[in-house]
Amino acid sequence: MKALLIRDLRLATRAGGGFGLALAFFLIVCTLVPFGVGPQGGTLALIAPGILWVGALLSCLLSLDRIFALDHEDGSLDLLATAPLPLEGVVASKALAHWLTTGLPLVLAAPVFGILLHLPGPGYVWLVLSLALGTPALSVLGAFGAAVTVGLRRGGLLLSLLVLPLYIPTLIFGAEAVRRGAAGLDPWTPLVFLAAITLAVLALVPFAAASALRVNLR
Amino acid sequence: MSIWEYANPVKFMRASGAVLPWVVGGAAICTLGGLIWGFLTPDDFKQGSTVKILFLHVPAALMAINCWMMMLVASLIWIVRRHHVSALAAKAAAPVGAVMTLIALITGAVWGQPMWGTWWEWDPRLTSFLILFLFYLGYIALWEAVEDPDSAADLTGVLCLVGSVFALLSRYAVLFWNQGLHQGASLSVASGERMSATYRYPLYLAMLGFFLLTVALILIRTRTEIRRRRLAALLARENRA
Repeated sequence: MKALLIRDLRLATRAGGGFGLALAFFLIVCTLVPFGVGPQGGTLALIAPGILWVGALLSCLLSLDRIFALDHEDGSLDLLATAPLPLEGVVASKALAHWLTTGLPLVLAAPVFGILLHLPGPGYVWLVLSLALGTPALSVLGAFGAAVTVGLRRGGLLLSLLVLPLYIPTLIFGAEAVRRGAAGLDPWTPLVFLAAITLAVLALVPFAAASALRVNLR
Repeated sequence: MSIWEYANPVKFMRASGAVLPWVVGGAAICTLGGLIWGFLTPDDFKQGSTVKILFLHVPAALMAINCWMMMLVASLIWIVRRHHVSALAAKAAAPVGAVMTLIALITGAVWGQPMWGTWWEWDPRLTSFLILFLFYLGYIALWEAVEDPDSAADLTGVLCLVGSVFALLSRYAVLFWNQGLHQGASLSVASGERMSATYRYPLYLAMLGFFLLTVALILIRTRTEIRRRRLAALLARENRA
């Protein structure tokens, strides 16, 4: 499992792996929004928590189809399926690699983008905390979507249609936590819900993803 | 004699063929009866004539949720017991449920415009129905995208299970996110009578009508799917010969 993780990380960070693409996309979203809604600081500060969360979610979506597609194309996914490591473990490790290369950079870079959008001062801590709690769920759910659509033509478009509705609860609680934090209210209730969703997703969804993979590899 | 006998497509076709005319007839009578009776009810003193949308809105919303429940049960049966009729029934129910969701959303918007002064409000009930509609779309799209019928049934079955959990989760998450404008349940067993009998009986009839209508549509669509599967098998056999 460790070897698989290291291999995936190496593949993602070396040339052509698309590492940093999600960050660049996040930056572009955060740049485009002020053009769309106007540069008034008050408006931006009001919508900043939501924009930051939606931006992070879309950036996460961007690299999802790479989780299994490349391995499926060159056949290494079949080898992984016959390896002694259970397929659930493969899914978990792939999702972890996706999170380390996409989710974690987003979490670390989010405060900088918060400055761009005039996020109010007390919101930064909660932004980082809520993204850190929420993005693992996004990666695992994305791995489920990628497992369902692997090997399909036009899989990428279908992937977003399948995965985005699954992201709704995470988005609601994550953005709500930042909004409350930025307004100086108590953000712990949504944060606890967010953590609960992430933990449940981490525990259960790899099984669903693995069963979808087994169907696709049949 | 158990319910599992109808997992045999031949038995299912025979039984559903015998039942279908009655269900269709009952659906026509009850739906038309309920809607016409509902249309002839006097205007509500607060809502005016818009109250008549109720007889379309409530049954459609009810069936939108029940279709998903039926898909969930059918998917579970397919995943556990591998009965093809069950998978095809789940496939057949999805577009029916999606249309019911759309009817509920549109009639709700038409009613909301004069009553709440807005076509759309990000109210928990409205939002969760929109989310349900998105889940239906994803489910239907996945059926369309996968070519091998058994794989498609498996994948959509897993999606239905995961989607059910998340649809339910979204339902309660949006409650947390925004307080509602939508009134509570129009009919409730626990809280006793809320609606006058003038509106209640036509509504019951319309609900029964929509239930029968949904059953009829699902049966017809399932029969079509079974026939399509047979045709595909015949063509495959011919190609091999």
